[in-house]
Amino acid sequence: MTELYARPRSMTDEANPYCPGCGHGIAHKLIGETIDELGISERVIGIVSAGCSVRSWRLYRFDMVLTAHGRSPAVATGIKRARPENLVFAYQGDGDSAAIGLGELMHAALRCEAVTVFMINNAVYGATGGQAAPTTLIGQKTTSYPLGRDPNHTGYPINMAEVIAGISKNSYVARVALNNVRNVLKAKTAVVRAFKTQEKGLGFSFVEILSSCPTGWHTTPVQSLDRINEMTQQFPLGEFKVPQGLQP
Amino acid sequence: MIKEKLLLSGNEALGEGAVRGGCRFFFGYPITPQGELFEYLAHRLPEVGGTFLQSESEIAAINMVYGAAAAGKRAMTASSSTGISLMQEGISFLAATQLPCLIVNIMRAGPGLGRVRPSQADYSQATKGGGHGDYHMIVLAPASAQEMANLGFEALSLADKHRTPVMILGDGMLGQTMEPVALPEPIDPNQLPPKPWAITGAKGRERNLVLAAPYTDDELIALNSELEKKYASIQEQEARWESKFLDDAVVVVVAFGSSARMSEDAVLKARDEGLKVGLIRPITLWPFPEQAFATLQSIQAFLVVEMNNGQMLEDVRLATQGDIPVYHFGHGGGWVPSTQDIYQKIVELYSKRGV
Repeated sequence: MTELYARPRSMTDEANPYCPGCGHGIAHKLIGETIDELGISERVIGIVSAGCSVRSWRLYRFDMVLTAHGRSPAVATGIKRARPENLVFAYQGDGDSAAIGLGELMHAALRCEAVTVFMINNAVYGATGGQAAPTTLIGQKTTSYPLGRDPNHTGYPINMAEVIAGISKNSYVARVALNNVRNVLKAKTAVVRAFKTQEKGLGFSFVEILSSCPTGWHTTPVQSLDRINEMTQQFPLGEFKVPQGLQP
Repeated sequence: MIKEKLLLSGNEALGEGAVRGGCRFFFGYPITPQGELFEYLAHRLPEVGGTFLQSESEIAAINMVYGAAAAGKRAMTASSSTGISLMQEGISFLAATQLPCLIVNIMRAGPGLGRVRPSQADYSQATKGGGHGDYHMIVLAPASAQEMANLGFEALSLADKHRTPVMILGDGMLGQTMEPVALPEPIDPNQLPPKPWAITGAKGRERNLVLAAPYTDDELIALNSELEKKYASIQEQEARWESKFLDDAVVVVVAFGSSARMSEDAVLKARDEGLKVGLIRPITLWPFPEQAFATLQSIQAFLVVEMNNGQMLEDVRLATQGDIPVYHFGHGGGWVPSTQDIYQKIVELYSKRGV
């Protein structure tokens, strides 16, 4: 019997721990597939922290570290400086990266630290029950902005990919979305290019991934795909920076 | 053979001791009065193939240490009081994940930003678990530049032995005073025992995990039991102190670090005057050397001298079980006692006890 479709070898048989329609599972799989294809599962070290993805270490067969909320880029720095021969990635949410951990992320980017950061942007805090994130859209209702985000009161959403591209000299920066097959394939390409940037020692790599949270958004899984499409008005997709030495 | 001695500040002695003890990674943020340690390692670590990185904050620094320690390397950070407060979350995580590392606190006077004068006001923060959750770390209190070098050398071996963060608790006076120091012979960090738990890439083995959050409630209860057992074993093995003149002592001064230096001179002066005075100097503040107080027959009073409003005082009272009166001489806020101040306090207490 021929196997036509299987889990990536670098992933365990653990069941997907997320809500129906959540994008985390797709993002995890893209990372697992990439690690298989690049043949780096014996060298890669992953870092997760607080948020829905805190449990994602159970999904991978390679070495993983669970750390404090927002601190993954600093922990990644410590690991990479200690073991430059390894490939280090941090998997962060939008609160983890753009709120509590903004300082650690921006300084890792400024140092062009040779690590990879994946930032899941679903514009909401999922694990704690749907509060606002720094990426929450204007007018978007959350449990902490019950009347919708009012920029006069809470400011504007932050475009992290543009920010990182603006401050990191040598880096790969892209924003992708997980709302249709074409975009998922583009997301995969970005994940591969991020790891290649690190493997070739070209600098920092950052992929912002627009992802769905039907539970936090109070949408059906199908509606949530349209919502991601709406998010691209605020968060345009594409590559924002490509380091010298990485093929176009 | 007479060992070569160098004239070093306490901070430099500690830095060189740590390097000779196999430390190759330093992550930290500038703050006074730990500055000489930070700057010493900035040039010293690259000389031995190590890494010195100035971080964007103390929060980042302790998390970089977390990363390097998880990767199996000997790593340290240093700061002063307010910066150490910022690291407390990270220290709790290091205790939870049982990662060995060295954290140096060259204390300044608080609370708040305070001032840079020497102080011992972070005793309770260091020994009672400054961060959240039930945890301890080994806390070492050097009292001279020589001891800064010795304990700096030894700290990471102690940390590796018990898989725990270790803190060296000094103060600005200890850090900045220059004294002759004989340095220990360096060890080769590549010849250390392997750390099979470290994250190095899962090559030819199952994955390793460094998890600050176990998956189930039962696993977290089990972790707490494991830590409790480890702390009991550290208490049994690692308590250290120095005692002087306890055989005939009627009044015993208890002091650590800088205040122990001044106290020792005051005790010597009192003995010259014929007063039966002794000294206990805890070298480990956690575990607190309760054993030092176990078999003292002739003692009628303890005098705890510390540069704070009375913190080690509580541990001395616990160690003596209320059997013997314990007095305190100290102030917070950057107050430093003179030998004469302490001597007068001893005389006052001695006559009060009617001996």
